[in-house]
Order: sequence, then C-alpha cells, then structure tokens
Amino acid sequence: MTSLPPPDVRRDARRRRRRAVDVWLRRLGAGAVVFALGLAGLMLTAIIVASLPALTQTTVRVDFEIDPTLVSATDPAAGDFRAIVARGAAALFPDAPPAEASAAQRILTPAATRILRQEVLRNPDLIGRRLALAVPAAGPYDQLARDHVDRQAPETRRQLDDADIARFDRLTADGRVARSLNFGLLFNGDSRFPEVAGLAGAITGSAMALAICLAICLPIGIATAILMVEFAPRNRLTVVIEANVNNLAAVPPILYGLLGLAVFITCFGLPRSSPLVAGMVLALMTLPTVVIATSLALRRVPMAIREAGFAVGASRYQVVLHHVLPLALPGILTGAIAAISQALGEAAPLLLIGMNAFVTSVPHGVTEAATTLPTQILLWSESPQPGFVARAAAAILVLLASLVALNGIAVLLRHRAERRR
Amino acid sequence: MARPSLLLAASTAEPSPPTKISAQGISAWYGPIRALENVCLEIPSNRVTALIGPSGCGKTTFLRCLNRLNDTIPGARVTGTIRLDGVDIMGQYIDVAELRTRVGMVFQKPNPFPKSVFENVAYGPRIHGLAHSRAELSVIVESALRHAGLWDEVKDRLASPGTALSGGQQQRLCIARAIATQPEVLLMDEPAAALDPIATSLIEALIDDLRESYTIVVVTHSMQQAARISQHTAFLDHGRLVEVGETTEIFSTPREKQTEDYITGKIG
Ligand SMILES: Nc1ncnc2c1ncn2[C@@H]1O[C@H](COP(=O)(O)OP(=O)(O)O)[C@@H](O)[C@H]1O
Ligand SMILES: [Mg+2]
Repeated sequence: MTSLPPPDVRRDARRRRRRAVDVWLRRLGAGAVVFALGLAGLMLTAIIVASLPALTQTTVRVDFEIDPTLVSATDPAAGDFRAIVARGAAALFPDAPPAEASAAQRILTPAATRILRQEVLRNPDLIGRRLALAVPAAGPYDQLARDHVDRQAPETRRQLDDADIARFDRLTADGRVARSLNFGLLFNGDSRFPEVAGLAGAITGSAMALAICLAICLPIGIATAILMVEFAPRNRLTVVIEANVNNLAAVPPILYGLLGLAVFITCFGLPRSSPLVAGMVLALMTLPTVVIATSLALRRVPMAIREAGFAVGASRYQVVLHHVLPLALPGILTGAIAAISQALGEAAPLLLIGMNAFVTSVPHGVTEAATTLPTQILLWSESPQPGFVARAAAAILVLLASLVALNGIAVLLRHRAERRR
Repeated sequence: MARPSLLLAASTAEPSPPTKISAQGISAWYGPIRALENVCLEIPSNRVTALIGPSGCGKTTFLRCLNRLNDTIPGARVTGTIRLDGVDIMGQYIDVAELRTRVGMVFQKPNPFPKSVFENVAYGPRIHGLAHSRAELSVIVESALRHAGLWDEVKDRLASPGTALSGGQQQRLCIARAIATQPEVLLMDEPAAALDPIATSLIEALIDDLRESYTIVVVTHSMQQAARISQHTAFLDHGRLVEVGETTEIFSTPREKQTEDYITGKIG
C-alpha cells in the first residue's frame, strides 16, 4: 500500500496549481485585450494615413478680373464666368503664347467657373473689380504638388507631360501654389471632380435618415417591449412573438432594403434615393435591436419594485411609467446606442433603395435625392481617381467621428439616468 | 386529542371583536401548484393576527390574497370569498387600486423605491390625490414617518435616497409608505425577517403601537415573535388552516397535535 503524502503537501500542490491556472487566465485575457486594441489601432492608423491627402487641398491663387462687360451688375447670374476664368488662367503665364491658354486652365479644377460664379453672386460688389481667389488645383496637379508623380517616368506613362509639370513648377516658384485645410470636404456637395467633392450632401442625408429612423424605431420599439413585458399575458402567442423578434434581429440587413424597395418605393410610391425611405428602412432594421434591449432592461427591473408600486394602489401603467421605466432607462439608452451605430454605419439596405446615386446638391427636404455617409464611402472608394480614394478614407473618419459623438451623447444621457436612480 | 378547551376555543372564534376581514374557502394555485386549500379565516378589527407555519405553507400567498396582489402574478389563481367590512373584494369589478389603499402591505424584504425618502412616502398619497397642495403632502409624509417611528432619524435627509437607509430604517420607511395612504388594514410579510435584533424589536414595538389605528395581519416564522406581538394566531400547514384562536390559547393549549409539534419545534 502506497502511503499518501501528508495533507499539507497535497494542499500546497493544489494551491500552486490553482495559482498557475490563475496566472495563465490573466495572461490570456491581457493578451486578448492587447490584440484587440492593436487591431483597432492598426485599422484607425491605416484609415488616417489613407485619408491624409484628402484633409488638405492644393490651391492656386488666381487673379480674376470681373469684367462688367462679361458680368452685368443687373443680371450677374447670366454672366460669362467661363471667359473670366479662361482669362484669369491665361494671365498666370503672361509671356506664354495664347495657344497654351487652355493648358494653363487645366491646372485649375473644372469647377473653377462654378466657384467663381458663386463667389460673385454672393458678393455682387466684386463686379468691375479684381478678385484674388485660391482655386483648388485639378486632381493630377494636386498629385504633382504632393510629389505623387514620378517625374522620371516616360511622358506617355503619366497624365502630365513635361510642359505641364514645368508650368506648375513655375506657379510654385511664383508663390501661387499653397496647401490649405480642406474645409470643402465637409461643406461641399459631391462632384465629379475629387478636388471639390465634399460630404455635405452625405452628412445631411445621413442626419435626416437617422432622425427619421430614431423617430420611428425608438417609440415603436420601446412601446412594443413594454407591451410584451409588462402588459401581455405570458402565453404561447407572446412567446412565439418574442422568439420572432429575436430572429428578426438576425436577418441580414440587405433584406430590409429589399422590403423597403418593394413596399415603400414600389407600393407606396415614395421617392427613390430619399432620406425618408432610407430612414424608414433603417427603422425596420433597428426595431428588433431596440425591442430586445428594452425588454431585457425591463426584465432586469426587480419584481419587488413593481409589487411596491402595486401595493400602494398604483395601476399597471403607473407602475410602468413611474417606477419601471426610469429604472430601465439606462438599458433602453444602451439599445438606442446600438440602434444609432447600426443605422449610421449600414450601407447594404440603402444601396437597394438607391442611396448611392450621384447627387451633387445638398438635400433640403427628406424627399429629395441624397446619399448617406456609408453609401458615399462606397461610391468614392469605387472611383478610379486617387483623390476619391483618399476622400473615401476621410469620409470613414467623419463617419467614425459622428458615431463617437452620437454615442457619447447617449452614454452621457445614460450616465445621468443611472445617477438619478 | 380531546381537550376541554375544544368547546371553549370554538366559542372564542365567534367574533367578540368585530370582524374586519372574513375569508371563506380560499384556494390558490400557481399554475398547477396548489398553494392554499379551502382556508377560512376571520380577521378581527384593530388586533394583530399572526400567521404562522412552516416555510412554503402558503402564508405569503394568503396575505397577498387580501390585497389582490396575486392578480399581478402570471398564472396565479385564487378562488373563494373575501369580505372587507362585509363587502366582497374578490369580484372582477372591484377597483383593486382603491382596495390596496385600504389594505396596505409591507414586504419581507424592504423594497423602498429608488427615490428620495420623501418621494417614497409621498408617492401613494400623490397618485390617489390625497393632498391638494405641496404643504398638505408634507404634512401627510411627516405624519406617516412619525407613525412609523422614523421621523427623527430622517427629517434632515428627506431628499436623500430611501435605498441609502439601513435595513431597519428601510423597513420602517416601507411601513410609512404603506400607512401614508391611510389604510384600514396593514399586511406585513415577515417584516423583521431581514433585520438585526435591535431593528426587529423596534418593528415589534411599532406593530404594537399601530394596532390602535389599524387591523394588522403579520406573517412570522418566529414563534416568540408571534407570541409577543399578536392577539390572534392562525397556524397554516401545507396550504391548509390547521388552527386559529387567541394567541395565548394557541401557545398554551393547542387543540391540534400538529400545532403543538410545530410550536414546540418538532416540525418546521
Ligand atoms: N410566484 C410563485 N410561482 C409558483 N409557485 C409559488 C409562487 N409563490 C409561491 N409559490 C409556491 O406556493 C407555495 C406557498 O408559498 P408561500 O405562500 O410563499 O409560502 P410561505 O410564505 O408560507 O413560505 C410554495 O410551495 C411555493 O413554492
Ligand atoms: Mg413567505
């Protein structure tokens, strides 16, 4: 018969083993956290690096003579701004032959005419005067200014020939070329030309769609959950309904786009590409999230609180309104955060209802055509011009920033709701 | 076990003090589980009636029949008749909210609302419109807190959360909340079960004080407590009423063997 080791030796061995497992679990956890943070950091860094070119803008200072014979003070809108831009561009190279004037104009963004027109219409006093304007450089020259063009490559392999490069270098030497923060990214609408394309339309479209989405999914979702948890009797029907709400949350978002297309656009005849339909589709998509989060929050409220309310003669709705809802509010707000994140970042269902249309104007109403941030990102990232790829990355940054800001507000609200209990 | 007191006890069951609540043939189910079986009990006015019995015998269930609180439990069902001052309260058309203002309840575990001390007490009177002004409400709250013996301890912290009080204070806050709607009956479900001995004796003294103004039904698992605070005792076992009578008689000369065994600690 083998003798057992004395008890304290066995206890020591067990303690050591327990501690070893403890240490390993802690290391595993720390490793997972570092890995996740590293991945998130890597992603963010990649996006920021990719978006850097879009955050600044190469501009060329051009002196425009607002000739009253071309733009009349009585009807400035009908003025010939194209001619003024052509003259201004030609004046950049006073000693060059007139044949090169169009080459000079190609340095400027094709949108220069529109920019000048807007400027003069906003301020008609400029007519008859000289206006020095920093005009965005056209895409290829923007690349050149950033040294993204290989000057040694054979001329046929690049967009700009040696003469183009020489002209631009001349402007640089003249001190007309500058690099400034690209506010147009936030305040311009979309454009065919990356140097003037901005997110104003997408931001407005997303804001409208999100507002409509929350206005629909929060009241309906919260009311549904209250009905399900607080009022409906627990029978087979309610159990089936609840299970189905949970299933709905797992439906691929693109199906909601199909549904929106079939019902809202085809059946109801609501306008395609409109923030209204986008908001309604996103509301359908986020509804299960809100219902689930709210019913979980309601169920977490202790039964004792409800009974305390009933025992002083509160009716069911008073108990819910006065005692249960305030306690469930933080959980409901967590659901709202999830809904916001989902609605703001989802592109798939919006593609089906045409939110990826090319729209240059900023929408003024919820039925006007618009894009949203995620669909704009897709649009831009598919574009071959290098300027658009950088802008897509910048748009992702804007999307992330809006998510962080909105969630920050919701977290703040939740914090206040938690403190109040 | 034939004792001479059998006849005597039968005669004391006759209402010498007027009956406040009369429960006849009460049976209760939770889904398929039967919790009460044909319980008949008269609760005398302005006295303390103790419900005793082993854990799970249906004391809480019976108590919750008296203010229709079992209505709020899905799957719970109660049959029989309960009359409060001779009026049936089991009917479908009874206003249970009004009933519960007349029959207040204090729970086993203190459950103040996660609101201020003042709000806890003011809530009932406010939703029933008992006060017409802020000042009137303050008067009601103060008087309820005084009756619950809590006023001196909380008068300087009426705005602090009720959940921040000690266990015993929370329970007295719950008593204040229950009496703030000026009920006639007070149901107490093991009100001292979660409390330390000092808080327990405070509650017991309070119950004795409250007897003047209220009809009290108190559930307790402590025989000594039942003997100390009650005038009437009902012994339940397995959902059945085994014996009911004057507390002194139940404890000195129980008629049933089952009661005697329980009181002397042989079961339960
Ligand atoms: N909500 C409920 N659902 C199902 N069964 C319950 C519920 N409440 C109590 N019961 C059952 O009813 C019986 C009586 O319970 P209860 O009245 O709480 O007993 P006591 O208060 O005397 O300990 C017990 O068997 C208990 O398990
Ligand atoms: Mg109990």
